[in-house]
Amino acid sequence: MTADFLLGLADDALVTAQRLGWWVSRAPELEEDVALANIGLDQLGQARGLYAVVTDLEGLGRTEDDLAYLRDAPDFRNVLLVERPQTDFAVCVVRMLLLAAWQSEVYAVLAAREGPARGVAAKAVKEVAYHLDHAAQWVLRLGDGTELSHERTQAALDAEWPYLPELLEPAPAAPVDPASLRDAVLGRVRPVLHEATLVVPELPADPPTGGRAGRHTEHLAALLAEMQQVARAHPGATW
Amino acid sequence: MTTRAEWPLWEVFVRARRGMAHVHVGSLHAPDAEMALRNARDVYTRRQEGVSLWVVPAAAVVASTPDLQGAFFEPAGDKDYRHPTHYSVPEGVDHL
Repeated sequence: MTADFLLGLADDALVTAQRLGWWVSRAPELEEDVALANIGLDQLGQARGLYAVVTDLEGLGRTEDDLAYLRDAPDFRNVLLVERPQTDFAVCVVRMLLLAAWQSEVYAVLAAREGPARGVAAKAVKEVAYHLDHAAQWVLRLGDGTELSHERTQAALDAEWPYLPELLEPAPAAPVDPASLRDAVLGRVRPVLHEATLVVPELPADPPTGGRAGRHTEHLAALLAEMQQVARAHPGATW
Repeated sequence: MTTRAEWPLWEVFVRARRGMAHVHVGSLHAPDAEMALRNARDVYTRRQEGVSLWVVPAAAVVASTPDLQGAFFEPAGDKDYRHPTHYSVPEGVDHL
């Protein structure tokens, strides 16, 4: 169960890193290209650290490359939030706010107790604190900015918000029950959204879900096809 | 295609270690001071270059002009008595 749980966190981070990589050369300014690339590389580092823990725990002789490059979409355990395209900057920062709020809480718990992921989590806590801050800064400026930026950020929030509950679904057997972090995560997100003059939607009663069980949108397969193509075209290659 | 105003320019100063001065390392664009500080962190300290950052609006920097180079800097040229080179260092003083 611990390995499954950590695999979910790792896959969230890897898929996020890949999505953020898309922004390099496409962000509003060069400085933001660099910021998003840095954040993506932090996420990639977290994924790698967690994959190493997972492969140790499962003891099947798999490597982190096997997990990243040789699994198909149904084997991935990331939430749907992170796999959908994000080609709008407002979507990018709103999604980052939601994910970083969750990651801040879950890594803090893992870093505070004995366990195989303690080291990775302790390093990640500082990284995601910055991601949360970066996202919050942008959500404030775009939400409470011009009429157009407010409109687009509200639309982004309306689109991303329904995917938040999947992160917080109860899993009593997991090392950290996500449902136990629900209030803390919402407590991090809501004040930012209010200050940004955004209307916080109701959490849907029947939210989209399934990522943790390997039931993904079609977008994940497309993302993996691109991310994995070099490793699959040259099996066993090292670099 | 809409036209887009460019973000203002900021000068970035990094302090490499505690006890050292902040040193100018370059400039960047940012919409405001808070974002400038964050951009500076991302652009100029991603390889552990520093422990403290300053950002200053480039427009706030008052610079000497090349026109005044002669009047400003050349008169110091022949005044080597301003350098502390005419003192003999006592024996046994290493780190002066």
